[in-house]
Amino acid sequence: MAIRRGRGVAAINYPTGMNLGGDPTQALVHSTPTGNFMVTLSSVDLGQGMKQIMAQICAETIGVPTDRVVVDTADTDTGPHCMGTFASRGTHRAGNAVIQAAKEARQVMLEVAAEELEVNASDLETDGKGNIQVKGAPQKSISIFDVALSAHFKRGRSISGRGMFLIPRSYPEKETGAMKPSTCYAHACTVAEVEVDDETGEVTVLTVKNVFEIGRALNPKMVEQQLVGGSWMGISHALYETTEPYYPNRDHGGTDFNQYLMPGPGDLAQTEIIVLERPSADGPFGAKGPGEMCANPQIPAIANAVFDAVGVRIDTLPITPERILRALKAQAAG
Amino acid sequence: MAKVPVQFTLNGSEKAEFIESGTTLLHALRDKIGDMSPKGACHQGTCGACSVIIDGELRLSCLTLAETCNGAAIRTTAGLAEGGVLHPLQRAFLDAFATQCGFCTPGMIMAAKVLLDRTPNPSREAVVEALSGNICRCTGYEPIIQAVLTAARANSQNAA
Ligand code: FES
Ligand code: FES
Repeated sequence: MAIRRGRGVAAINYPTGMNLGGDPTQALVHSTPTGNFMVTLSSVDLGQGMKQIMAQICAETIGVPTDRVVVDTADTDTGPHCMGTFASRGTHRAGNAVIQAAKEARQVMLEVAAEELEVNASDLETDGKGNIQVKGAPQKSISIFDVALSAHFKRGRSISGRGMFLIPRSYPEKETGAMKPSTCYAHACTVAEVEVDDETGEVTVLTVKNVFEIGRALNPKMVEQQLVGGSWMGISHALYETTEPYYPNRDHGGTDFNQYLMPGPGDLAQTEIIVLERPSADGPFGAKGPGEMCANPQIPAIANAVFDAVGVRIDTLPITPERILRALKAQAAG
Repeated sequence: MAKVPVQFTLNGSEKAEFIESGTTLLHALRDKIGDMSPKGACHQGTCGACSVIIDGELRLSCLTLAETCNGAAIRTTAGLAEGGVLHPLQRAFLDAFATQCGFCTPGMIMAAKVLLDRTPNPSREAVVEALSGNICRCTGYEPIIQAVLTAARANSQNAA
């Protein structure tokens, strides 16, 4: 009986979005009378940072500072349609829709500015600080504040745009069954080190080293926080979380989330995160979906590390002490 | 059911309410007084989201009857900022990206505040111990631990 150490590796690729009846998200963008921009969505921000990212995408496309953009999300009764925040699709689908809507709004904004400055709209550019100026002659400029006032009160224009991003439904090929269930793929690889007590079956995760390839990181600090949290969640899925009874008798199963095991702040593995950026061809500014993917590779890596440590393959999650002890017993019985 | 009067201070200001006997402090704070900073998640004392400070002690407001708080001084995360300036713990949580959905955050901050009030320069182990009654689904805890350690350092620099 001993504490045995093992190391496991696993690599995954993870689809962005899904293929049910087509995968659409719509967005609307409009300016207020004072030249702030409003993005209206039905997509949900549940802490992953959707609002911040959509504000960045809209601001970058229109050419204004991010703090000039307000994002209104998640009233599915009144907002433009979104399939939802799942399948790591939010940034990719909603982001593409916001770009399209913001482009249209920018075009109207430039047209109004062109009338005010008595120049051609195609000769205008934004300075990124809230002004529109003539290319090559920045002294001839007008603030977006004044452009919005003019549009609203003088010229009767709506500085607004509509965006729609749709991945059409993919039907399986008759012969092969092959289909394209998603667009771009994110990738990850994890190396996990564990200690397994072959007397009690308990697993301690010592280290997890993760590399994530997520397209372009539109907000690197928020990407990092999601990956750190996700890596922890992967360990939690591998070793703890289940709605089934931890032991075979249903009476011993959890009845609510109070009995749903998750590791606490005292059970943290030493965690390393490396982000690789390979911009995707069809993502907004090259982004892919890092959302769900980040909690996946730890699971097979830990299962492999357990195999390396004590020589048993656990293929049912979570990898509980009981499952390890039963497998060890079966192995000994040979 | 007969209503009972209850009187306490919340973040320094006097509060008086008539509540139904058996009302939890969590319910009284959120639904009677309108302080939404303590969160209700498990309502059974296992998650820490509803943590508040009562007379300097960390308490679970979902397990505390409001009528037992007569005369008490209650503090919540909503009362931490002063004159629009965030408390060092709030600042540190933001800077460390220690909050995602934010549901655990007020409870975490209350637990951390009681720790720092007593132990201005805690070890990492002491921080982990202080937070061990609070569950977080999103962050993986490490950013929260780092935020508390950073706030402690900021405090001791101000004191020095
Ligand atoms: S709501 Fe009070 S401990 Fe969970
Ligand atoms: S930030 Fe979501 S539970 Fe902690």
